[in-house]
Amino acid sequence: MIKYETFSESRIFKVAKPRMGVFKFASCDGCQLQLLSCEDELLSIADAIDIVHFLEASSHVEPGPYDIALVEGSITTNVDRDRILEVRKHSKYLVTIGACATAGGIQALKNWGDRSEYLRAVYARPEYIETLSTSTAIADHVKVDYELRGCPINRLQLIDVIQSLLADRAPRTPRHSVCLDCKCRGTVCIAVAQDAVCLGPITQAGCGAICPAYQRGCYGCFGPAEQPNCDSLADWYLAGRATPVELVPLMRNFNANAPAFRECGDRIDPLLDSGGTL
Amino acid sequence: MSSSTLEEPCLIEKCELDRLIERLKCEGFIVVGPYVEDSAIQYREIQSMRDLPRGYRDTQEPGEYRVAKLLKKNYFEFNLGPHSWKQFLFPPKLTVNSCTKKNESWEFISKVDSQPKFAFLGVRACELAAIQVQDRVFMEGPYVDPVYQARRESTFIVAVNCTVAASTCFCTSMGTGPKCKSTFDLALTELDCGFVVEVGTARGRSMISDLTTRELDPEHARDSQLLQQRAVDQITKRLDTSEILNLLMGNLDHPHWDEVAKRCLSCTNCTMVCPTCFCSSVTDVSNLSGDEIERQRQWDSCFNVDFSYTTSGTVRDDIRSRYRQWLTHKLASWHDQFASSGCVGCGRCITWCPVGIDLTVEVAAIRNTPSSNRTLPVIQPSCKAECAFPKDSKA
Amino acid sequence: MNATADQKKASPLSEPWYTFPVTIRRAYAEAPNVMTYDFEFDHHADARQYAFAPGQFNMLYVPGAGEAAISIAERTNQDRFLKHTIRTVGIVTRAIAKGGVGMSLGLRGPFGTRWPVDSFSDGSVKRDVILVAGGIGLAPLRSLLLFLIEHREKVGSVSLLIGARSPEDVVYESELHGWRENGVEIHVTVDRPDQNWRGHVGVVTLLLGRIAIPRPQSTFVLTCGPEVMMRYVAKSAINSKIPTENVWLALERNMNCAIGLCGHCQLGPKFICKDGPVFRYDQVRDLLGVQDF
Repeated sequence: MIKYETFSESRIFKVAKPRMGVFKFASCDGCQLQLLSCEDELLSIADAIDIVHFLEASSHVEPGPYDIALVEGSITTNVDRDRILEVRKHSKYLVTIGACATAGGIQALKNWGDRSEYLRAVYARPEYIETLSTSTAIADHVKVDYELRGCPINRLQLIDVIQSLLADRAPRTPRHSVCLDCKCRGTVCIAVAQDAVCLGPITQAGCGAICPAYQRGCYGCFGPAEQPNCDSLADWYLAGRATPVELVPLMRNFNANAPAFRECGDRIDPLLDSGGTL
Repeated sequence: MSSSTLEEPCLIEKCELDRLIERLKCEGFIVVGPYVEDSAIQYREIQSMRDLPRGYRDTQEPGEYRVAKLLKKNYFEFNLGPHSWKQFLFPPKLTVNSCTKKNESWEFISKVDSQPKFAFLGVRACELAAIQVQDRVFMEGPYVDPVYQARRESTFIVAVNCTVAASTCFCTSMGTGPKCKSTFDLALTELDCGFVVEVGTARGRSMISDLTTRELDPEHARDSQLLQQRAVDQITKRLDTSEILNLLMGNLDHPHWDEVAKRCLSCTNCTMVCPTCFCSSVTDVSNLSGDEIERQRQWDSCFNVDFSYTTSGTVRDDIRSRYRQWLTHKLASWHDQFASSGCVGCGRCITWCPVGIDLTVEVAAIRNTPSSNRTLPVIQPSCKAECAFPKDSKA
Repeated sequence: MNATADQKKASPLSEPWYTFPVTIRRAYAEAPNVMTYDFEFDHHADARQYAFAPGQFNMLYVPGAGEAAISIAERTNQDRFLKHTIRTVGIVTRAIAKGGVGMSLGLRGPFGTRWPVDSFSDGSVKRDVILVAGGIGLAPLRSLLLFLIEHREKVGSVSLLIGARSPEDVVYESELHGWRENGVEIHVTVDRPDQNWRGHVGVVTLLLGRIAIPRPQSTFVLTCGPEVMMRYVAKSAINSKIPTENVWLALERNMNCAIGLCGHCQLGPKFICKDGPVFRYDQVRDLLGVQDF
């Protein structure tokens, strides 16, 4: 998918450790926090790399270039649209972290709404607010070298990515469905055994298949799995288990703007009015 | 009907089963049996008969599984849940090797030495067949999986004859059940008044040596027969396996594969619940400095895109080719590889498919409409001088 | 079952993940992106018990990065070194390229089937042998070629046909002269010649049509390269009246366990890792060319 060159510069000049920056766009900071929650590994991370730009952790920031840029959040303003170009320009590897950065996040729900109506409803003085009418993924604006899914991301996957980049190789984040992880941990399928509406079969693994283990349907926070067949699952659920009123919001969730979920949600959307089947 | 039992079957009272469980535990076995949890009959470690799903009954349909408590008080009047015994013999996740870097050199340490010792309670005929299938995969080829072998050879098997069948069962089509014929140490048939016990091995006989057994009178023998026949009669699903190797391998370009691909989620559920699917991947889990590595083997599936990844591209890059790979392997090329079908007719892949895809229906669809222009040659062991290059005409 | 199980236990290879520690001792550039490495066993005992046949492969393991299946090109230096020719394409091969001389890594093997060297001579009849290599496909044929040179008196004529994309993509170029001196007829063809190229131009299958095959019934064709190329080589060989059962090829698929237990490398009923990588053509003829199989 992505070609990784080497860290040869930083390797040749042994004195300098690889420099990492963490950048926030429209997001809740939860994914950055995952880096701070790497308690056991944080020291060795700090040992291996210089974190030179991480406002969540320190107000001391250094300018680029950065060997690794971790980017959290989506693009919702003109300012951010320009800022991500700057980050890209100064970064060797740009890694997007989390549903906001990889798909536009929950705030991408505004892509289906009326911006001025939202502004009036939320802000007392909407004229002070400058915002785009859409929330979009970082990859819609600049080249992204690697994506880490999730809301929030999985701390272990983040470590694997950092570790892989330090070892000069492409990270290997699994792209299979949540179902495989459910089965490996022995969870009984709640879609089959309890008629639950679960997005596990079309959602990428990485969360550890937590929700079904607690009898709750997967709501797709890691986004679409590789080559997902969303239409088939949606049709199965609509054939008796769920109404469009339940299913559309499920598709339009943290990864509403991920293409596979977006297209499926848009396909079902007309049923909201008709209440009928496809 | 030939049976590999060592002696005439006997009868035990139901409570004697607790003494057997106790005995197995004393002999160091981890006793695994059916257990109701999270709306399903699962296989878990059990301590006594109290853990068994007494009075529970399952109903199964494509994509649907329900379990309910009935008034009856039988311990084994149900069929199969989502689990199979493969998760104990071929664990979903396992560290096989570890690597440590010392003085710039790697040291490799095997992690597969000590394995747990299981006693399986309640293994059905189709599951015995599945264990035999995996025995051939993991132990009877040129290479042996040491983990499977260590676990399998120490496993004690208490089989149970089915007295009911689910709508997804088709063991009679695959010739694997519902009667348990071999591969068990003990086999039980549950009557209202007790268990009929068949002894399959000397080990099995010694394990019941201190139980109170009595001779089987003709009435019990007849009841046992009737109950087993009831299961046979309840099986309605059929898979026509005649010429199935040629049928599937001769229809690799059948339009029906595209039709299935529209419904198949490629989510791996069928392969995970299948008691014979054996695919796995070993991946490295490393610490941040990269000098301590664990090699972990995890279940994998031919439905995963990355499964057929090669540096020159992904071989099976769409759902159509992946479903075709699974079905043709399970029902056809498995015969070439392991001299049996890879399917034992347990029906789990039908029940646990989130969109209810039924392989017996898919095979029938291909059988009923064989590809009109057969573009691909049937695989034949013989070699003809003329060679077929079906795709070359375009090149 | 127990008796065979005990026999299998006697060998460390019965433990599928048994890994020999090895170290890269030499590295030679062969072509753009292609290097040949000499791997030395860290422990002499491992070297002593290791034995392979031409056509077999090893799993080279870079801890943290993973494994790659690489065919064995040669064993040298009083059997201390194993030679592998590797194209840098994936995570593991990149790591090896980066590690270079002195790198410590793991090796499992040997695995897979061998070229049918025993069929080349039976008493009075010595077969002619034609090797057809596409690009780096010469590596799996190299051990065979060296075997044929060593046992030159046991076979008839030996020909090596090499196809490469461009002159600089020809591997083992410096050794071709020595092989010729040892009685191997060698032809090289390239798809894209440069100004200095004076040899053949075009696909390697055309060369097969051009060389003399005086005794087709007593000729073997053994090929390794891209699948499409091998299919045409086989077709061409059979057109030249070479018996189908004398045509052999080496296939490639992704491998994980290398011993037929993990399921990755299946091609229809075949596990490339244990039923192959070397196949008699008629064993796989019908499987090759099936789309996405």
